[in-house]
Amino acid sequence: MVSPEREIWSGEADMVIAKTVDGEIGIMPSHAPVLGVLVEGGVLRVKRGDEADLVAAVHGGFISVADNEVSILAEQAELGSEVDVAAARDALERALASVNADSENMEAAAEAKRARARLRAAGEDV
Amino acid sequence: MGAQLRLLRRRIKSVRSTAKITRAQELIASSRIVRAQQRMQAAVPYEREITRAVSGVVSNTASVDHPLTVAKENPTSAAVLVVTSDSGFCGGFNANILREAEALRGLLESRGITAVPFVSGRKGVAWHSFRNREMGGQWTGFSRNPAYSDAKTIAEVLIESFKAEDGIDEIHIVSTEFVSMLTQQVVVKRILPLEVEEKEAESPETIPPYFEFEPTADAVLESLLPRYVESRIFSALLQSAAAEEAARRRAMKSATDNANELIKTLSQEMNQARQAEITQEISEIVGGANALADAAAGKE
Repeated sequence: MVSPEREIWSGEADMVIAKTVDGEIGIMPSHAPVLGVLVEGGVLRVKRGDEADLVAAVHGGFISVADNEVSILAEQAELGSEVDVAAARDALERALASVNADSENMEAAAEAKRARARLRAAGEDV
Repeated sequence: MGAQLRLLRRRIKSVRSTAKITRAQELIASSRIVRAQQRMQAAVPYEREITRAVSGVVSNTASVDHPLTVAKENPTSAAVLVVTSDSGFCGGFNANILREAEALRGLLESRGITAVPFVSGRKGVAWHSFRNREMGGQWTGFSRNPAYSDAKTIAEVLIESFKAEDGIDEIHIVSTEFVSMLTQQVVVKRILPLEVEEKEAESPETIPPYFEFEPTADAVLESLLPRYVESRIFSALLQSAAAEEAARRRAMKSATDNANELIKTLSQEMNQARQAEITQEISEIVGGANALADAAAGKE
């Protein structure tokens, strides 16, 4: 899993669940090669055997599967454990407020989506 | 004599304080190079993956005729993105880039293409506006520490004018590549239209797999290509940031060395002047004493 500024995580996984523009997609070993566009504000889940699931908020980008390798190219991404819950909640409230004030405000709507994804990745209920 | 001595002392003092400043700048640049290099390294995985994805799509779709990959038959104008630094004190860094950009401009014009400069970095912007050159776009304030959003802003403007009907037909980028601490190289690359290369797979393992696309190949390409351009620009910005610090470190190191050399010569000159002054004083005293002795001898 990479973002333009850094490599976020890499390792072995049993299953990767991501949300593309067509819907959720689950990748298990020996999956056929796929290249998909990820949605803005999606949550990525990586199942790893005995260990707890790895959850990350992924904002836009691509998923590419080939030769039993899954690459997530995110424009922005954050692991659930890295999310600053208070800040995300704050961002969500602010974004929602500006959406309420002006329902045409696409930027705020996207911002709200992102904040929601970050909270979900951190295991919070939204 | 006394005046000359004082003058030399003053010069040494000023050179010494200059040396202190340049030495400090050198150390700052050295520590910044490390950070810039780390950021460069951190961006490598994404670039590698996105390049792989692009080549995956391109080699899977039989006919690639996305606007971003098709070269126009008769290109008439080209954008030249010139990546310079915001601050000076980095030797020939900016001069080299601008010279290369001028060469590219000449080359393009000889092919009948008007070059439109897009400039990032305060130094490049100043250079162009001083010469009253019209710029297609200018960005400043991030040369030392470029963020991905900066690359995105630049890419958006470039792609926008590339897609426009009477816009630009080619995009070139002139930037400095960080080869090593000691070598930085100015490189000129064409980033758009993409060069679609027909390449034989090097070995059986590297045959790109047959991809399925979600939702469609066109839609994937549509959103993939701008990201690819962004990533190329971002990597150019990061390279340039590291190269800038390396150039600055070297410039400041030679400035410090020169200052120390100067201090050495000046000190020698000063010691000589001091010695000459002392010698003269002694000979004056001896001469005076002799004259007194002679006068006393004459009286007797």
